[in-house]
Amino acid sequence: MAGRPVATPLLALHGVEAAHGDVRAVSDVSLSVAAGEMVALLGPNGAGKSTLLACAAGLLRPRAGTIRFDGEDIAGVSAHRIVDLGLALVPEGRRLFGGMTVDENLELGAFAPRARAGAAAALERVFALFPVLAERRRQPVGTLSGGQQQMVAVGRALMTNPRLLMLDEPSLGIAPRLVTAIFEAVVAINRAGVGILLVEQNVHAALSLAHRGYVLENGRIVGEGSGAGLLGDPHVRRAYLGPLAVRE
Amino acid sequence: MILAQQLLLGVLIGGLYGLAAAGLSLVFGVMRVLDVAHGELIMLGGYGTFWLVTLLGVDPFLALGLVIPGALALGVALYWGLFAFVVRADEATRVKNSLLIGFGLALALHALAVRLWTADERSVPTPYGGAVFTVAGLSIPAVRLLSLVLAFALILSLQLLLTRWRWGKAIRATAEDWQAALLTGIDVRRAYLLAFALGTALAGAAGTLVTIGYAVSPSIGLEWTLKALIVVVLAGLGSMPGTFVGGLVLGVAEAASAAAFGGPYREVVGLVIFVVVLVVRPRGLFGR
Repeated sequence: MAGRPVATPLLALHGVEAAHGDVRAVSDVSLSVAAGEMVALLGPNGAGKSTLLACAAGLLRPRAGTIRFDGEDIAGVSAHRIVDLGLALVPEGRRLFGGMTVDENLELGAFAPRARAGAAAALERVFALFPVLAERRRQPVGTLSGGQQQMVAVGRALMTNPRLLMLDEPSLGIAPRLVTAIFEAVVAINRAGVGILLVEQNVHAALSLAHRGYVLENGRIVGEGSGAGLLGDPHVRRAYLGPLAVRE
Repeated sequence: MILAQQLLLGVLIGGLYGLAAAGLSLVFGVMRVLDVAHGELIMLGGYGTFWLVTLLGVDPFLALGLVIPGALALGVALYWGLFAFVVRADEATRVKNSLLIGFGLALALHALAVRLWTADERSVPTPYGGAVFTVAGLSIPAVRLLSLVLAFALILSLQLLLTRWRWGKAIRATAEDWQAALLTGIDVRRAYLLAFALGTALAGAAGTLVTIGYAVSPSIGLEWTLKALIVVVLAGLGSMPGTFVGGLVLGVAEAASAAAFGGPYREVVGLVIFVVVLVVRPRGLFGR
């Protein structure tokens, strides 16, 4: 770190524009996540949140703009190399290898050269975080509950030994009790020094946990601020917290 | 007794159907590319064996030890030369493009084979070619029995590669979800290359065994592509032992229909199986 300003973001998107076919999904998006920071990315369905994560992870090539990870331009770099640099994505819908066991899914997470060296230690960390997985190592992941599958998905991403972890809707379709477990795990991962970029429908939880947040609507950033600041923002309260805020 | 003998011969050729299908299944399952030149690769394996035996005097079964590495190398060359361009497209386009490239490759290989080896049917003499076991009144040709055992051993080796080897697991992961595979740090292009090379190696090995037990000519390619395709549909994707069993089922079904309706109907039963499986159980007997 010597000689480098602490403020240099680990992940920095600048002026990113991306499209699916002819449909423009995001335009002129700039956002950043510092090392060890937890940042929430909020917005309605179809706002382009998953598209942004896909661009950063290398699954989608942005039409314009730059994406820098640790200072290196990664726009257009192949996804498996980006993982090896230390930027991992837990994709929406988990995307596990359903025909394989918990062990095999986790083992594949440590496929890249950098992760392979520390695979044994990483596996211990995953089981410490999600003890239930240690009891189901030989079980095919298709037979696990949705919440346990999400644990495998987060665990598989942790096996890549990430410096920054992006999570796309980790609480979607999961029993409330397990949602809490997932969020607690995300906080623990962050405390261990891993940066987090969290896309989440559960806006209240996301903003309570995150240091900062961005609001994405119709493919553009329309608001940003600290977690607490956004929680108090009138537009955010009206658009995302209305019913929830009343209920709580 | 005649029926039992025919069914037995059906099992013996069925093992080769299974081996022929395993390579096609691997390539299609992993790359979503339909290599319709697969039968021509089997044909090339057959002629490779023919040359090794007649020119160099190699034992036909030991020729496998040279044909398999040769076919692996050919697979790498074909992938870099042709199929690497196909897998860049999205999945719907891949199948269409691979059909065009596959047909072109099949025509080219067919023409090459006629040029190099003429259109005549060739077989290789084996020193033990005439040996026959008799068990409970059934005659079992030793050469074909050994071919069946070797076919099974090759399928088993592939299964072990796919479940134990690091890159074997990567190949299976890529077959299940190539984007998720990328996100775990797997270079899926390399997984494609390995799957295609392994598929070509299996085709080469099948060609050796076909030439030892039966014969090879430049025009056997289409027939073997069809047999392999029927077995892939019957067995479904994702299980190599299942593919082997699918091959045995096709071999026995062909023998049974030939016995019941006469020799000309041997080829019909496979196409009936093809249609019925697609209608009734599209994922196949053992597919996920």
